[in-house]
Amino acid sequence: MDEHYDAIVLGTGFKECVLSGLLSVEGKKVLHMDRNGYYGGESASLNLVQLFEKYRGGAKPTESLGNTRDYNIDLVPKFILSSGLLVKMLLHTQVTRYLDFKVVDGSFVYKTPKIQKVPATDAEALSSPLMGFFEKFACKKFFVYVQNYEENNPATHDKLDLKTMTMRQLFAKFTLKEDTIDFIGHALALYLNDDYLDKPALEAVQRVKLYADSLQRYSISPYIYPMYGLGELPQAFARLSAIYGGTYMLNKPIDKISFEDGKVRVESQGETATADVIIADPSYFPDKVKNTGKIIRSICVLNAPIPNTNNAESCQIIIPQKQVGRKSDIYIGCISFPHCVCPKGKYIAIVSTTVETADPEKELAPAYALLGPIVDKFISVSPYYVPLSDGQQDKVFISESYDATSHFETTCEDIMKIYKRILKKDLVLVTDKPQSPEEQ
Amino acid sequence: MVVLNEQLFDCEINSIQFYKIQYNSFKDNLVLLGEAAVGKSSLVLRFVRGHFLDYQESTIGAAFLAQTVCLNDTTVKFEIWDTAGQERYHTLAPMYYRGAQAAIVVYDIRSQDSFERAIKWVKELQRQGSPNIVIALAGNKLDLAAKRKVETSEAQTYAEENGLLFMETSAKTAQNVNELFVEIAKKLPKTPNPRPGSGRLPISPIDNNPQKKKPCCSS
Ligand SMILES: Nc1nc2c(ncn2[C@@H]2O[C@H](COP(=O)(O)OP(=O)(O)OP(=O)(O)O)[C@@H](O)[C@H]2O)c(=O)[nH]1
Ligand SMILES: [Mg+2]
Repeated sequence: MDEHYDAIVLGTGFKECVLSGLLSVEGKKVLHMDRNGYYGGESASLNLVQLFEKYRGGAKPTESLGNTRDYNIDLVPKFILSSGLLVKMLLHTQVTRYLDFKVVDGSFVYKTPKIQKVPATDAEALSSPLMGFFEKFACKKFFVYVQNYEENNPATHDKLDLKTMTMRQLFAKFTLKEDTIDFIGHALALYLNDDYLDKPALEAVQRVKLYADSLQRYSISPYIYPMYGLGELPQAFARLSAIYGGTYMLNKPIDKISFEDGKVRVESQGETATADVIIADPSYFPDKVKNTGKIIRSICVLNAPIPNTNNAESCQIIIPQKQVGRKSDIYIGCISFPHCVCPKGKYIAIVSTTVETADPEKELAPAYALLGPIVDKFISVSPYYVPLSDGQQDKVFISESYDATSHFETTCEDIMKIYKRILKKDLVLVTDKPQSPEEQ
Repeated sequence: MVVLNEQLFDCEINSIQFYKIQYNSFKDNLVLLGEAAVGKSSLVLRFVRGHFLDYQESTIGAAFLAQTVCLNDTTVKFEIWDTAGQERYHTLAPMYYRGAQAAIVVYDIRSQDSFERAIKWVKELQRQGSPNIVIALAGNKLDLAAKRKVETSEAQTYAEENGLLFMETSAKTAQNVNELFVEIAKKLPKTPNPRPGSGRLPISPIDNNPQKKKPCCSS
C-alpha cells in the first residue's frame, strides 16, 4: 500500500463502494480500505452470529431461529424503486450481472384503523377504500396531469409553473382533500414528513412520476430487492472496482490521517499511502461531521407473514405521520425466504423512523401493533451525520449517514453529489445500453 | 486533483471476451480461487479456448466465461468466474462464491505458501459457500514438477479427508485440465436443484427519453 493513489476510500459501505467502482472504471487508481473484516459497514447484511455479536454482546443465537447462514439481515432497511437512481446506476455500470433481484410483493399504507394495499392497477384503484368515489375522480385528473407532465415541454404544464408554485397550491388546484394529499405525499411520493408541501411542486410531481414508472416496470409493486440482502450491493460495486484495478484491504485500522503538500496521507499498521483525495463514511472523520438527528431501526423476527397483507412474503407498510399523530412516517419493510434473507417460515420485518422523543422505542408501538407476534427484536438508534464541509478545501469527501427513507433515491443523490465534487462533472447515467452480453 | 478521463463505461472488458450464454438453460456457476499467479486464468483459458500464454497478464478486468461439458447423457454448462484483484489481500467478497455450485481452488505445486493459502480457501468455502458446493483442489504447473515443493501424497490426503476432488494439472501442456472440469461436472447434481434464488428478474435497460425517440422502423 506504500504508494500514491488518485483516491483512497475508507469504509466499504454502499456509498463508498459505488464511488470506488465509478472512479476505478474512470481509470483512477483507487485504494479501498475498511477497518472491519467484512464488506458493507453500516450497509452490510448480517447472519445470526454477526447479529448477536452486534446486538447481544456475542451471545449464542437462539436455537429456534435456525441456521445462522440462512440469515442475511440488513442493518439499514431499504427497497429499490425499479425505475429509480440505483437501478440506473446498476444499468450504467452493468453491475446487474453480479446480482439477482426479485420483486417485492406489495406496498401497503396505514389508514386508521388498518392497513390498505396501495393500488397497483386501475382496477385496484377503483375498488380501493382509500378514498371516496368523487375524490377518485379528482385524483384521476391529478394523475393524468402528472403522467403527462414533462419538465422541458411547456405544452404539458397547463400554464402552471411548478418551479414557483408550491405542492400545497398544486393540490389545491386539483381540489384534493387532506386524506388524498396524505396518501399521495407519503405512499406515492414517499416523503418522510410534510415539509414538501411548502416547497416547489416540481420535485413532488417528479417523485409521483417515478413511483408510477417503477410500478409499471414489474406491475406488482414499484420495488425490487436483491437476493441475499442489501449487503450484496456494496460487494457488487466493490467487485466492479477490483475488476478495474481497485486495490482492496479489509481489517485495516486507520492509525493516522494527515495532510501535506496538497496530498492526503493515510497510515495503517506501519504502512503509508498518499492520495489526491479521500472518500470516507462519517465514522472515519468524527471531527469533520455533525449530528443532525437520530434514526431508530428495529429488526423483528416473525414466524408468520404480517397480518392483513394477503400473506405477502415481502412488503412495505407506510404509516403516514398524521395517522398516528407524528411528524415523520414510520416504515415497515418485510422480507423473507424467497429473497434468501432467512429460513423458510421466518419473516424479517424492519421498523424504522426518525426519532422524535426521548423514548424512541415507544414511538414504534403503532408499527409493532401491525406485525402480529414478534419472536425476537434487535433495536438500534443511530445518529445521522452530515459532513461539515463539501471537501473542496481539504480534499476529504465524506458521505452522509444512511437516512430514514425507505428507498435509495437520497442515497444515490449523495453519491452523485460527491462524484461531481471530485471529478468536476456530472455523473451521466447511461441506462439504455444492452446489458451483459449473456442476455442478448 | 484527479484528472478528467473521458473513457466512460463502454470500455471493453479487458483481455477476455464474453461468451454467449443461454439464460433459460440450466447453468452451474463455477468460481476459481487461489493465490496470485498460480494459474487460475491459464486453466480457464486452456479449458475454454484451448490455448496457453507464457505471459498471461495478472487478471484485471472481468473474467467471466462460459463453457459446456458433455457427459454421456447430459450437458453441463459452466459459467466460470475467475477472480480479479480482491483475493490479493484476502479480501474477496463472499458474493463471489455465494451462488457457486462448484469451486476450483488452485495452488502452484512449486509453492508451499500457495498450498497453505488454498487450504484457507477450502475452509472459507466450507464455512460460507453453498451447502452442497463441489470443491476441487488443483495443483497446477505440473510440467514444472522438477521444482515441486508440495508432494502429491500430502495434497491427496488433505483432499480425501475433506471430500474434495483432487488433480494435478498443467495449463501449459493441458494435462488433466479437461479431466478436472469433467470430474466436477460428474459430481454436480444431475437435476437442477431449484435454489430459493432461482427465477431471476431481468433488469432491462431504461429508455430515458421515450418521447424524444424517433419511431424506429415502424410501418
Ligand atoms: N509452466 C507453467 N506456467 C503456468 C501454468 N499455468 C500458468 N502458468 C504461468 O503462470 C503465470 C500466472 O498465470 P495466471 O493464469 O495469470 O495466474 P492467475 O492465478 O490467474 O493470477 P492472478 O490473475 O494474478 O491471480 C503466467 O505467466 C502463466 O503463463 C502451467 O501449468 N505451467
Ligand atoms: Mg488471473
